[in-house]
Amino acid sequence: MELKNAMAGTLESGDILIQIAPSDVDGLHIELDSTVAYQFGEQIKNVIINTLKELGINKANVKATDKGALDCTIKARVTAAAVRSTGVDVWA
Amino acid sequence: MNSIKDRAELIAAAAKKMGKEVFKDDIVKISKPRHELQKESCKVVTLEDAIKKSGLKDGMTISFHHHFRGGDKVVNMVVAKLAEMGFKNLHLASSSLINVHEPLIEHIKNGVITKISTSGLRGELATAISHGLMEEPVVFRSHGSRGYAIAKGELHIDVAFLGASSSDPLGNAAGFSTSENAKSICGSLGYALPDAKYADTTIILTDDLVDYPNQLNAISEADVDYVVVVDSVGDSSKIASGAIRDTKNPRDILLAKKAAKVVINSGYFENGFSLQTGSGGASLAVTKYLRQAMIDKGIKARFALGGITSHMVKLHQEGLIDRLIDVQSFDKVAAESLLNDPMHKSVAANEYAAMLEPGSATHFLDVVILSALEVDVYFNVNVLVGSDGIIRGAIGGHPDTAADSALSVIVCPLLRGRIPCVVDEVTTLITPGSTVDVVVTEFGIAVNPRRPELRKRLEDAGIEIVEITALRDRAKSIIGNAAPLPFGDKVVGIVMNRDGSVMDVIKNIAD
Amino acid sequence: MFVPGNNPGMMADAYIYGPDSIMLDLEDSVTMAEKDTARLLVHNALKTIDYGDTEMVVRINPLNTPYGKKDIEAVVKAGVDVIRMPKTETAEEVIEVEREIEKVEKEIGCLGRTQIMAAIESALGVVNAYAIATASKRMMGIALGAEDYSANLKTQRTPEGSELLLARETIVVAARAAGIDALDTVYSNLNDMETFRKEVEAIKKLGFDGKSIINPRQIEIVNEVFAPKEKDIQKSLTILAAIKEAEKKGSGVIAVNGKMVDRPVVLRAQRTIDLAIASGILTKEDIQ
Repeated sequence: MELKNAMAGTLESGDILIQIAPSDVDGLHIELDSTVAYQFGEQIKNVIINTLKELGINKANVKATDKGALDCTIKARVTAAAVRSTGVDVWA
Repeated sequence: MNSIKDRAELIAAAAKKMGKEVFKDDIVKISKPRHELQKESCKVVTLEDAIKKSGLKDGMTISFHHHFRGGDKVVNMVVAKLAEMGFKNLHLASSSLINVHEPLIEHIKNGVITKISTSGLRGELATAISHGLMEEPVVFRSHGSRGYAIAKGELHIDVAFLGASSSDPLGNAAGFSTSENAKSICGSLGYALPDAKYADTTIILTDDLVDYPNQLNAISEADVDYVVVVDSVGDSSKIASGAIRDTKNPRDILLAKKAAKVVINSGYFENGFSLQTGSGGASLAVTKYLRQAMIDKGIKARFALGGITSHMVKLHQEGLIDRLIDVQSFDKVAAESLLNDPMHKSVAANEYAAMLEPGSATHFLDVVILSALEVDVYFNVNVLVGSDGIIRGAIGGHPDTAADSALSVIVCPLLRGRIPCVVDEVTTLITPGSTVDVVVTEFGIAVNPRRPELRKRLEDAGIEIVEITALRDRAKSIIGNAAPLPFGDKVVGIVMNRDGSVMDVIKNIAD
Repeated sequence: MFVPGNNPGMMADAYIYGPDSIMLDLEDSVTMAEKDTARLLVHNALKTIDYGDTEMVVRINPLNTPYGKKDIEAVVKAGVDVIRMPKTETAEEVIEVEREIEKVEKEIGCLGRTQIMAAIESALGVVNAYAIATASKRMMGIALGAEDYSANLKTQRTPEGSELLLARETIVVAARAAGIDALDTVYSNLNDMETFRKEVEAIKKLGFDGKSIINPRQIEIVNEVFAPKEKDIQKSLTILAAIKEAEKKGSGVIAVNGKMVDRPVVLRAQRTIDLAIASGILTKEDIQ
């Protein structure tokens, strides 16, 4: 899928900022900066990866700046960034 | 015949028997006016001279207080001077250390400070120590325990460097000043009083040298060896400015209302009860909601204890609280009340909250409202180390008041962002669950199973009580399971219990 | 309680304050540039966060914007209880929204689940209030949106609210005639709790079922004002118990304390108890 640079989210407490960029190499490359990295870093990365894979994105650079967002927020922000990046909406 | 000459032999014999000299009248009176004379007090010296005269040597223990909070300049100023003078291996014993003390990192790296005892650590210094900056672990004590350890010599202080908002040339010092040159006001010097009394050498640092006698002084000249005049002991806007403002955070208000309801229906809310609130928006706000109930039910408190705020002063002035016992004035209103109101008195840390001191005020405390970083399913509380394993708090009077009070209420949100506050096991044990009675969160109130009668009273009053495990489960359902923290093998902190035993250790966080 | 649909922290927290209903907003509190992200946030929050018994409402964008249809799809798929239509002026608009809801409900197999609340925010809407209130069997309430309404009237809001009186009365009458709820507009000055309390007292007298709020700090006042007095609760409980007893016996005429109890009295008693439960004075168990 053709990707453009795109982002979604904010740096407010309880939110996460997701930046998606096209990548030359296969796979999803996640760079995570989180206030709860020790406890939830892996879980956050998994949510990002699973959400992108569900949307058919397997090749991208993702930068995530997390301020303690819940999983449902992370999923929403990743989906929004992906929709903006691909131009393909999830709604009919 | 019985003149003094006739008795000379007898005087000499008495003196000899007592091993004393015989009096010789070689007194020369000083005729100078006393207001001039006091300015020549031999105690008033420069910081460098005070240090030299104190006999401080490498390896000794120096102490400080943290009443100037975020505005403190004393610790950094003194340690910089000690470094300049070439001292090494000093043990720094402060009542607490906070963000502003970040420059200590360099002095630790350079070997000036090799050991620390404190109640708390915050900011970059705390983060660096959590990552293993020091070889020797930091020793953490509660305020009551620190005062007691100093009084009993377990924590022996060689030289105390105590900042004061005013002092006269003889060392009568206070946390406020009535002179027109007043630069700062911090109110109570409660945490510094054991240091002043029991240190081998006590040095007062002040930015307002006032004429003798500096009355309403907290520290007496009898305990003071040197007085050092400095430009500024601290940034007054960060020491105490105005009144602590009411929290507008709706969650804090919700928690405060719930906690007030618990107190009101606990069975301890009756005429003559005593009250303490800890720091934190929610616990401070409880006072506001208790006030209305006190008015409605005609209940008056005998005393409020601990950190005193403008809220407490207001209730006192309205006649709802008889006396204020102040170990630390939280805002300017409290500090001014301490200066002006004879029913508002400061208290030394060891008389405030020491377990083994029978007269400690905390032994006579009915209700305490406290905050927490974490509570676990055994009601153990952690107020020192963050859920990320990094030291970011202070023990304060938490374990002292929880253990000694008739009712301890912990107020904390179930979640701070994605950080859970009710957990399987606290990261570090600070206040044992056996001393914690009620935990109030926005998702429900839990009562320690050791207090079935309390639970019944609250339930009879229509307050819904949940199991603490249900709160933990609720947190987990929202945020998921936290991964274990990457602790290393080095002990960076030791937590002392109130009885002098070792309660827990803090390990370093590995990168 | 209104909660901006683009603020994850507030959306996660809203439940703890115990409002009867939470309204996540996709309309005025969300900028055009963030309509897509807010929609996804609200969708995922509704699907994931445990809001307990709280009624979940989402204010969508109007269907004549590029966002309205997608909003409906996103929130119906996430299982929202009520869709709030902004700036409703005619019954046709309600029917159009109903059609969109049905399309999505059929797709996911839950036909008839989603209710509709219409906000009336213009003179035309007030004139059409009854038609709007009865436009769909999904209609559960109509609400006043006073900011837009007073602008539309070419006036502005005053503390005493005389400019809103006709709209408020019309909405209550239309709602009662249609057998649905009437909800009052928000009050935005959080520093003036006294005027807020007066306004809540006034709209309760007019017959409104509830008040929209923008901050948890307003909940307590609404509950206090709407809370029935202890005396009335006891009386109502006695009346309802007598009704139950009479129904058992099959007797038609009921008297309590020597006074005839007719239908309006019973309805008022039931409403008192409903309010007591909503204000947290009684629990459903107390009624058993």
